[in-house]
Amino acid sequence: MSVSSTASASGRIDRRFAALKAEGRAGLVTFVMAGDPDHDTALAILKGLPAAGADLIELGMPFTDPMADGPAIQAAGLRALGQGAGMVSTLDLVRGFRRGDAETPMVLMGYYNPIYSYGVDRFLADARAAGVDGLIIVDLPPEEDAELCLPALAAGVNFVRLTTPTTDDARLPAVLTNTSGFVYYVSITGITGAASASAATIQAAVDRLRRHTSLPVAVGFGINTPEQAASVARIGDAAVVGSAIVRQIERNLDADGRPGPGLVDAVLGFVRSLAAGVRNARK
Amino acid sequence: MTQPLNTFRSGPDERGHFGIYGGRYVAETLMPLLLELEKAYAAAKADPAFHAELQGYLTQYVGRPSPLYFAERLTRELGGAKIYLKREELNHTGAHKINNCMGQILLARRMGKTRIIAETGAGQHGVATATVAALFGLPCTIYMGEVDIERQAPNVFRMKLLGAEVKPATSGSRTLKDAMNEALRDWVTNVEDTFYIIGTVAGPHPYPALVRDFQCVIGDETRKQILEAEGRLPDILMACVGGGSNAMGMFHPFLDDPDVRMVGVEAAGHGLDVPNGHAASLTGGRPGVLHGNRTYLLQDQDGQILEGHSISAGLDYPGIGPEHSWLRDVGRVEYVSATDREALDAFQLCARTEGIIPALESSHAIAVAARMAPTLSKDTLLVLNLSGRGDKDIFTVAKHLGVTM
Repeated sequence: MSVSSTASASGRIDRRFAALKAEGRAGLVTFVMAGDPDHDTALAILKGLPAAGADLIELGMPFTDPMADGPAIQAAGLRALGQGAGMVSTLDLVRGFRRGDAETPMVLMGYYNPIYSYGVDRFLADARAAGVDGLIIVDLPPEEDAELCLPALAAGVNFVRLTTPTTDDARLPAVLTNTSGFVYYVSITGITGAASASAATIQAAVDRLRRHTSLPVAVGFGINTPEQAASVARIGDAAVVGSAIVRQIERNLDADGRPGPGLVDAVLGFVRSLAAGVRNARK
Repeated sequence: MTQPLNTFRSGPDERGHFGIYGGRYVAETLMPLLLELEKAYAAAKADPAFHAELQGYLTQYVGRPSPLYFAERLTRELGGAKIYLKREELNHTGAHKINNCMGQILLARRMGKTRIIAETGAGQHGVATATVAALFGLPCTIYMGEVDIERQAPNVFRMKLLGAEVKPATSGSRTLKDAMNEALRDWVTNVEDTFYIIGTVAGPHPYPALVRDFQCVIGDETRKQILEAEGRLPDILMACVGGGSNAMGMFHPFLDDPDVRMVGVEAAGHGLDVPNGHAASLTGGRPGVLHGNRTYLLQDQDGQILEGHSISAGLDYPGIGPEHSWLRDVGRVEYVSATDREALDAFQLCARTEGIIPALESSHAIAVAARMAPTLSKDTLLVLNLSGRGDKDIFTVAKHLGVTM
């Protein structure tokens, strides 16, 4: 294993953003929770996402105490845990997805404790072998880089950092150091699925980020509709949608919480509408 | 961590670590706020005017110093060690929690914050926070698990009387940990004007150190008072441990006195051998990362956090302050546990022998004192931190004793 490389071994994220740039459009990043509403349905959704227009997939690792997430993603995590989801089944989903798709970048997103519990070295080896390209870990700021960020980079797994409206110019360089793949700009101070920031505010923030980094900038939090996704796609290199997709799952559950017959189609249909928004944004 | 070997009192290091515990495991949105808080607290700590202001309120408003009382009848009943009670239950609002709230709200005012939030389990920290918010005229929102709202109705009403808004935490296990999640979600949303008053020696750095410092008044007073009463230091200090703030406040000033033995008492609930049936993080958990710090946690094989159980809502937390985790690993403090049943017995014992109705939290420490005292010589000095009064618990206790009120 190379310890000096800071580029992802797979290179899928870099290749995808380079391709988007060549196409002259922004990307759509879609978030779903591993195992929501159950393992097989989650796999069916994952497999359908690239054809529906997802350029990059964020897969949530379920956790009991997601302190930066709003009600939609909290509920998704609890649904998955209720079906017995965990780290082993999450990595199994990634492997299942990779059997049919060698190119769409896959980033795991979540909180540190399940990884710490699994064991950092074992996790990185298994995640990379499964086909994971990057990690977004909400509760690991640069102050705790020694925990997972540096081992991940050494293992050839991208570590994608969140920057926020409270990350000022003095702090940004520290946050961007050791960030690879892309930068995730959290466009509001708040939790997932909450309010939305204005286009002007996002523009100013992305401009500020670009003065500090040449990495692609994905913008997320508070993007709920194809119109909002299009608006963000005119500014950033990608728009991230999570809670709004997860709500489509929630809406298509029957009274017992089991997936209704149209669930996968409803989710993928919504993703298609988001993708259309993103793809037409700069035309 | 490079801590001098001749002291247990120098932690945390500059990154907020006690050994491998502590740290700042939070979302990026909160990091700049924590750095700002750390700076503001360091400045306040070095400012004699801040200490004078705090001292004034502790004396005039809280009612400090709290007495160190020789529990003669309890001592005689148990027939061993000489038991002193540090009467934190006599503080305004009826528990030690207000020591910390007073310190933090004065800090919030120095920082120009105009809105207060807090989490609460039993409601004691919520009441103390609502109280200081009322004292200074600041709007206040308290997050409380839906389950706790139900079992601590009197405290919910108190908080509302004090002008606070009580918001139920409806996700997860709907107890203290979920209230803390909700408070963190509020803070991440309202970063500009809001100060989060954490109620125990846990959370991201600098909270564990800051809360400890504000609670050390308990141990500092105890040292002076026992020297006056007995002319020597105590042999044993005892306190209950949920998050661990009353125990840390009592223990910390004595950590470098090698002859003072310290015992922290966790909640064994239905018993340590009952899966997910207790709240003893140190004796029944393993290290993990939650709510901004690495510490011992109740968790399953996958790193998912367990709910835990205790009859006492104030001990019913799956984690514990990181400094306690470190003190356990280095062996300076012993951690034991008491079950719901033992706490209920101790609750009644204290009421009957001393005319003091203790909080169910403190009753866990009394239970272990009752177990241990008879085995100790009569010249052994045992100081127990009576961290809160039990008026809030009478409904719970009545129910368990089969009494309908």
